[in-house]
Amino acid sequence: MAERNERPKIKLAVYWGAACGGCCVSVLDVHEKLFDVVANADLVFWPIALDIKYNDVEAMPDQDIDVTLFNGAIRNSENKHMARLLRQKTKILVAYGSCAHLGGIPGLANLSTKTEIFDRIYKESESTNNPNHTRPLEKYEVKEGTLTLPEFFNDVRTLAQTVDVDYYLPGCPPQTERLLEVFMAIVSGDELPPRGKVLGATDKSQCDECPRKKSDKKTIKEFHRPWEINDDGETCFLEQGVLCMGPATRSGCGHRCIEVNAPCRGCYGPAPDVIDPGAKMMSSVATMIDGDTSETIEKILENVIDPAGYFYRFSMPASILRRKIPENLQAQAPLQK
Amino acid sequence: MDFEPTIVSFLCNWCSYTGADLAGTSRMKYSPNIRIIRVMCSGRIDPTFVLEAFKNGADGVLLCGCHPGDCHYQSGNYKCLRRYNMLKKYFVQLGIRPERIRLDWISASEGKQFANLADSFTETIRHLGPCKIKNVIETYT
Repeated sequence: MAERNERPKIKLAVYWGAACGGCCVSVLDVHEKLFDVVANADLVFWPIALDIKYNDVEAMPDQDIDVTLFNGAIRNSENKHMARLLRQKTKILVAYGSCAHLGGIPGLANLSTKTEIFDRIYKESESTNNPNHTRPLEKYEVKEGTLTLPEFFNDVRTLAQTVDVDYYLPGCPPQTERLLEVFMAIVSGDELPPRGKVLGATDKSQCDECPRKKSDKKTIKEFHRPWEINDDGETCFLEQGVLCMGPATRSGCGHRCIEVNAPCRGCYGPAPDVIDPGAKMMSSVATMIDGDTSETIEKILENVIDPAGYFYRFSMPASILRRKIPENLQAQAPLQK
Repeated sequence: MDFEPTIVSFLCNWCSYTGADLAGTSRMKYSPNIRIIRVMCSGRIDPTFVLEAFKNGADGVLLCGCHPGDCHYQSGNYKCLRRYNMLKKYFVQLGIRPERIRLDWISASEGKQFANLADSFTETIRHLGPCKIKNVIETYT
């Protein structure tokens, strides 16, 4: 009890943008350590757990919240508004989880456009029954007043592409232990790392610390899906022909996937000094291909069905080219022979 | 309106750059759209370089290395070839025509071939028109 009065409690907020909710659950996963958290922090805003409205946040003085964990990408105008609002109200804004950090799974929507997504959902999908072609409207007048919905953007952005971000805590979701370490560092009043740093992860790549056996000779004659191989549980996945994001991914997750014999998916984002994780992965995987002519290489690459989706699974909006060129803007000219 | 493509080319130090140099010293005329960047080996060309070029407004990217078997570092050009094939698959998914990136082998003595390649690649890109990706990244919301 005495410890509790030594320092004033910090104000903590958790918010979700375009997210699945897994990041909020990872915060709940602190289990009994929750008592340490609430001993040191007042939760002032957390839509998944507390009934506090946006108006209440708007009423807070600027810089009133000490730490905000923002998870989720920026998909619509509500996400954007809340990102800006929380930036204004918060001293330390943390991009929490892959979606806020790099765009995450919702970021894969950058391989389509708003029109294509709406067509799929409200028209084409097998379970859609929408004879009147109803589409969501941003504004609708009823006799009680105007109903509004947020605007759905064409482009998914990361938090850092929308507002200034102080720190990044990567992962899908971030390891709860890492969150606790970072949280305790903040409340203990230690000197904070330089702004813009990735916290709760190491400065090495997954492969550097991977428990699997690696040899120097990596050649891939054929790519396989994980279920197609007879995994011995020890040999490097890439040496067995299974795509694994280890070479271009930051370490720090504790190899959760590798430990259960699944290849790395790259949720911790690019290793330090890597600009574009997908490009680094393409570079690294391509060099392992066992072929010296275009024909053999193309044959082997046939089994890499979806490079954009696989190598940029968590990072499409944060990558260099960021999105697909919409069909209507693509050059139509047939190729000159 | 005539469209003048911007083409970034990465040439390896030992064969292709020397080949382009030969084209220059032999006073061969070739298309001025090509901007040459010298790298030590075509195996040094990271896909990141190519993506950055397009992000910054290139309409095409030309990669050149030593002929197969001739690489100064034994296998760099094969690595380039594999990355090139991988990148083309990625470009198709992003709606960028894979013809916008070309890999060719130019030896130190092939000044004429380099000049022809520069001309034919410029023609291909001129025919395809401007690459929209830079504009899309900057304005599409």
